[in-house]
Amino acid sequence: MSIGSTTPGAAAAGEQTREQVRPERATRRKKPLSEGKRQERRLGWLLCAPAAFVMVAVTAYPILYSFWLSLQRYDLKFPDEREFVWFENYVTVLGNGYWWSAFGVTMLITVVSVVIELVLGMGLALIMHRTLIGRGLVRTSALIPYGIVTVVAAFSWRYAWTPGTGYLANLVSPEGAPLTERASALAIIIGAEIWKTTPFMALLLMAGLALVPDDLLKAASMDGASAWQRFVRVMLPVMKPAILVALLFRTLDALRVFDNIYVLTAGANNTSSVSMIAYNNLIRGLNLGIGSTMSVLIFLTVAIIAFVFVKLFGTAAPGSDDGSKR
Amino acid sequence: MARNTSRLGCALAAFALLTPLAACGSGDDGGPPKLNLYQFPVENMQTVIDNCNQAAAGRYEIVYQVLPRAADDQRVQMVRRLAAEDDSMDILGLDVTWTQEFASADWIREFTGADKTEVEQGTLAGPLASATYEGKLFAAPNNTNVQLLWYRKSLVPAPPKTWDEMIQQALQLKSQGKPYRILTMGAQYEGLVVLFNTLVATAGGRVVSDDGKTAVMDAGATRALQQMRTLATAGVTSPSFSNQIEDDVRLAFQNGDGAFELNWPFVYPSMQNDAPEVAQDTGWARFPALDANTPSKVTIGGSNLAVSAFSKHPDLAFEAVKCLRNAANQKYLAINAGQPPSIESVYAEPEMAEAYPMRDAILDELKDAVPRPLTPAYQNVSTVVSERLSPPASIDPAADTGGLKQAIQDAIDSKGVLP
Repeated sequence: MSIGSTTPGAAAAGEQTREQVRPERATRRKKPLSEGKRQERRLGWLLCAPAAFVMVAVTAYPILYSFWLSLQRYDLKFPDEREFVWFENYVTVLGNGYWWSAFGVTMLITVVSVVIELVLGMGLALIMHRTLIGRGLVRTSALIPYGIVTVVAAFSWRYAWTPGTGYLANLVSPEGAPLTERASALAIIIGAEIWKTTPFMALLLMAGLALVPDDLLKAASMDGASAWQRFVRVMLPVMKPAILVALLFRTLDALRVFDNIYVLTAGANNTSSVSMIAYNNLIRGLNLGIGSTMSVLIFLTVAIIAFVFVKLFGTAAPGSDDGSKR
Repeated sequence: MARNTSRLGCALAAFALLTPLAACGSGDDGGPPKLNLYQFPVENMQTVIDNCNQAAAGRYEIVYQVLPRAADDQRVQMVRRLAAEDDSMDILGLDVTWTQEFASADWIREFTGADKTEVEQGTLAGPLASATYEGKLFAAPNNTNVQLLWYRKSLVPAPPKTWDEMIQQALQLKSQGKPYRILTMGAQYEGLVVLFNTLVATAGGRVVSDDGKTAVMDAGATRALQQMRTLATAGVTSPSFSNQIEDDVRLAFQNGDGAFELNWPFVYPSMQNDAPEVAQDTGWARFPALDANTPSKVTIGGSNLAVSAFSKHPDLAFEAVKCLRNAANQKYLAINAGQPPSIESVYAEPEMAEAYPMRDAILDELKDAVPRPLTPAYQNVSTVVSERLSPPASIDPAADTGGLKQAIQDAIDSKGVLP
């Protein structure tokens, strides 16, 4: 799972280097670097080296190793039948109904939860930004769901939705068991995700809100812009980099959804996500070949989404000039 | 000063990091070698361990490492340690269905020579088969288990011999407005596979070949699927049949919700405690057959004890296993933990009569009971089978026979994708 979480960071880092390198190249063309400058740069690289080395050791090695495993028939149950099968595992996984069902579920959860989180998060961010009295209290209480360990929160949702023990199950559907049917179970998973991560979204958006100069808003309102117009025409364009970063982080996070599903349904009734199904094949099924193939496919999906966000939408760190250029 | 404090901090941190390591390292020096027994929670297990430690007279000391309650969690924890070649595991308490998997993965040691002879001595054939892989003995049967038919004596004058008879009786009770339901496990999990396996064996069919390498799924399997669908669609099961596991079934029968219950013997003692008047009215019989002339063949449950391939003290571990599962200790656990023994002579002990009034029915079934498919890929086979057969009312016998054969073969060949 470390694969996914490091990708956005790595992408952002890559972006920053590009930003830094570009002006430097320009300087170089003008005149060669002075001795002091070169020394400084060498020192810079040396100071970066340990961090870069650790990054490579903890991310590149597992990624390459999973890829290597994914090209083999390797099942811990049958150690003697280990063999190199090239891309056979990919054919098996990509031709399998369970995989595509899990993929569809993951995409559904990602799209629905991120859209709702964006809307709610924006509202929450505005509230936190505008609050004058008890600011600390408002911000703290808004962040509580994000502070609770996901598994603990997931268990409280599970009990709430279990007939007999749960207040929500008894309230909403006294006759049925909502966690045992696909549609209602997915709705509960998405609800738990939204409840849990909207504060995170709000936090990122609030950082964007801080970037909107008050003067700009005052000027717009002098020109007769309504509150809605100020929001859509002034705040949103200025906030765009922050919104894109928030969307990227949350999309990649939602794509790796595991804890909530593991606790709430354990993947029963076709509610498995791709991470869940990879876990089932790797850890429960002991099938390192198929399981690693799934991990590699998840990694590719994450990489493609990050690429689309960074290259096509121009996502960058908030505050960097990449956003304002467009 | 500041420097000194930080140095002190470092020393403390280093000490804190090293202490647990040191604690682990010192496990073996001083005192007898420790044998770690990784097993699911068993009531009063410590008494048995103390008995063995005493009998060992200082040659070894068994330490009970209690695994989680859920079977899946137990397996995952052991598998992760074994895959990492953890040498702190010595004795493993395995569900009968994991034995072949662990043996094939070279994680457990074979029982040979005198150890093998001693384990085989007096042990029932069914449990012994569950501990065997490719003709070799890889574990010692600890306890065993079979499901029985439980029925309400006031509603059912004579227990049914066959499924058809049972469904007829249930329909008749239904038309009379009396409790009529046939209660058993129908949720998408191992319990559904147990029912399927019992029915296939009773019909004289096979799911997987003897060597565990080929999916068979013959006419007997189709017959079993037909019976499962009939049961689910005849209007004699509980509305939540497709969601019920052992405990739900036990509670439903205890609440007077059914005339028949197909379940493990643990239901009886709890019924005596929680619903004595229902227990008074409850009789037991052999699991129903498919036709009156061929008796049923039921699926074996229970657990085996194995010795880890990475144990530092394998010889002592074998000795400890033999002690933990000897006749005296099996009898103790049968009475104090509700685990039916795997050694035949224990059933004849006088104390067993009170704890196991149904012991003759259990023994009768055990004599020709069948294991679940003996393949290292059982876990995967079971997952795809329960997925395909759930919910039982939507089984299509002909189509599912072919579909399951393919899915099981894929699972055996490591090509299957688990849902």
